Amino acid sequence: MAKGIWIIVEQTKLEIRKVSLELLSQARTIADKTGEPLVAVILGKGIADLAKTVAEYGADKVILVDDDKLADYTTGAYTSALNKIIRKEEPQAVLLGNTAIGKDLAPRLAHRLGVGMASDCTGMEYDEANFLTFKRPIYGGKAFAEVTANARPILATIRPNTFPVVAKASQPEVVNETAEIDAADLRAIVKEIALVASARPELIEANVIISGGRGMKGPENYVILEACADVIGAAVGASRAAVDAGWIEQKFQVGQTGKTVSPTLYIACGISGAIQHLAGMGSSKVIVAINKDPEANIFTLADYGIVGDLFEIVPLLTEEFKKLG
Amino acid sequence: MNIVVSLKQTFDTEAKIVLTGGKIDATGVNVVINPYDEFAIEEALKLKEKFGGEVTVVSVGGDKVEASIRTALAMGCDQGVLVNDPTLENVDEWAVAEILAKAVAQIPYDLILAGRIAVDDGSSQVAVRLADSLNLPSVSSILKLDIEGDKATVVREIDGGTETLELSIPAVLTAQKGLNEPRYPSMMGIMKAKKKELKVLTLADLGISAADVASKMSAPKFSLPTPRTAGKKMSGEPAEQAAELAKLLREEAKVI
Ligand SMILES: Cc1cc2nc3c(=O)[nH]c(=O)nc-3n(C[C@H](O)[C@H](O)[C@H](O)COP(=O)(O)OP(=O)(O)OC[C@H]3O[C@@H](n4cnc5c(N)ncnc54)[C@H](O)[C@@H]3O)c2cc1C
Ligand SMILES: Nc1ncnc2c1ncn2[C@@H]1O[C@H](COP(=O)(O)O)[C@@H](O)[C@H]1O
Repeated sequence: MAKGIWIIVEQTKLEIRKVSLELLSQARTIADKTGEPLVAVILGKGIADLAKTVAEYGADKVILVDDDKLADYTTGAYTSALNKIIRKEEPQAVLLGNTAIGKDLAPRLAHRLGVGMASDCTGMEYDEANFLTFKRPIYGGKAFAEVTANARPILATIRPNTFPVVAKASQPEVVNETAEIDAADLRAIVKEIALVASARPELIEANVIISGGRGMKGPENYVILEACADVIGAAVGASRAAVDAGWIEQKFQVGQTGKTVSPTLYIACGISGAIQHLAGMGSSKVIVAINKDPEANIFTLADYGIVGDLFEIVPLLTEEFKKLG
Repeated sequence: MNIVVSLKQTFDTEAKIVLTGGKIDATGVNVVINPYDEFAIEEALKLKEKFGGEVTVVSVGGDKVEASIRTALAMGCDQGVLVNDPTLENVDEWAVAEILAKAVAQIPYDLILAGRIAVDDGSSQVAVRLADSLNLPSVSSILKLDIEGDKATVVREIDGGTETLELSIPAVLTAQKGLNEPRYPSMMGIMKAKKKELKVLTLADLGISAADVASKMSAPKFSLPTPRTAGKKMSGEPAEQAAELAKLLREEAKVI
């Protein structure tokens, strides 16, 4: 009997992350090809209702691990709980989103299981010999590596926005598993979580990002980008030059030493297009550049460009977006 | 307090990637300390200044890595350990972590600091795996670290905000940008570094064989991306350009 493709579904405050739905959607197509069941695994506290959500995206089975000790994510508790269930059920593949949690949990789990792992993949193909083959950007997107796993289960994290979300209703079997957490795995305790309330999408999951660089000239000018972002439902990003100047917080930095993003649309305003910036946004589907220097490197790779003063262009563009409705 | 820092040597972030015979060609490429490992080094040095003790830099890599370890010694680290073995080619993250674990086990430590990610392979795996191998707690992507006795309080970056955790040391912590500003080696530091110990070990010295650390992943097949090319530039008055762009994004690219 097939042992399944598992998606470790991530939730923040009982809301399922978009990347988990992307993984369910894509894994569904592989499940259909191979006959492997698609299993959504949800950990947390008071998560029973989330089974309904994953049932809208084709899960054949839902494993719920509901426990007080899993209320907040900690590396130790989550690894411990998943390690035991995975050893018992022996899935073929275990996939996670390449989020802050996924990046921390997946390697720890992989090591506990004694297996390899493919990180931050932007491609995943089924093939008969290896079951799954992954493609991942390396050197900041300047090359790709294609890898497969020699051992089971296959573990991988997938970059958010790699696959589309496709709704597909299912009637999954729901199974409750108990979290058996080793005392040794409870050594880090969460004292406080400070989430910054924002109406804008999370940078790494945003479909559209509008970023400002040194051309923004000062912290007070980001309102121009924010106004535009709010019309099109975008997240706001920045280059390192803007972050280092203290105009905007580090967490908004896109690039080699910042966030890696892969939106459908990336609008770069007053950003020259340095190689380290491209490392963080080069996998965007459509790139727009607004820059007053026609020679700026960003124009050599932008799909659409406006040579002009961002302080003039961005507000005009915001008005045009409003008109589109 | 004794601290171990894991250091990976990476290509300079400006490096152009060339494939020769299907492999990444390192010829003529400038190499640097992985930028995130510089934050780890800086944090270790600050802790040493506060609490005393020694900072040991540990790396798995080839001959060239000695230069990067010397740079770390010049910054103020006390000694270096390089695991350099001719059989180590195409090792995966599992293997590197296991090798590091063996090397680290020979060094007295109260804390292990690493980078949150290496900018070459972009894996974000090795440090967390090292923690698991050594059966230590770990926290990834830290922005702030306070140590009191055997208790560490860390602030880590999470999606949408930050999280404060408490844990006992020894532990493995990985550094995110924002933790500190790495220092540059001083002239004096560079002079002193020449006399500091840099131990080069083989797998045999660690009591393991190449078979013990055979990769769990297939050897990667490398390829280069098709370069993006310049697209359309808008023309006309600024207002016309904005209107044209909005229209193209809606009708042609279908992304708005
Ligand atoms: C190890 C390392 C890691 C790095 N990591 C990152 C990273 O993660 N992210 C990152 O972004 N960078 C990173 N960098 C820095 C990178 O090399 C560049 O210095 C940086 O990206 C430049 O930012 P910028 O494009 O905003 O500024 P600049 O290169 O100064 O470009 C500003 C642009 O704004 C334009 N401009 C000015 N005024 C206007 C106006 N009124 N209207 C329109 N356009 C205008 C100018 O024509 C210019 O093209 C890293 C560098 C190193 C060495
Ligand atoms: N070959 C290596 N030698 C020493 N440390 C390493 C090595 N590879 C990775 N690391 C450490 O693990 C961190 C994460 O690397 P990676 O998992 O490759 O992204 C790096 O910042 C280093 O601190």
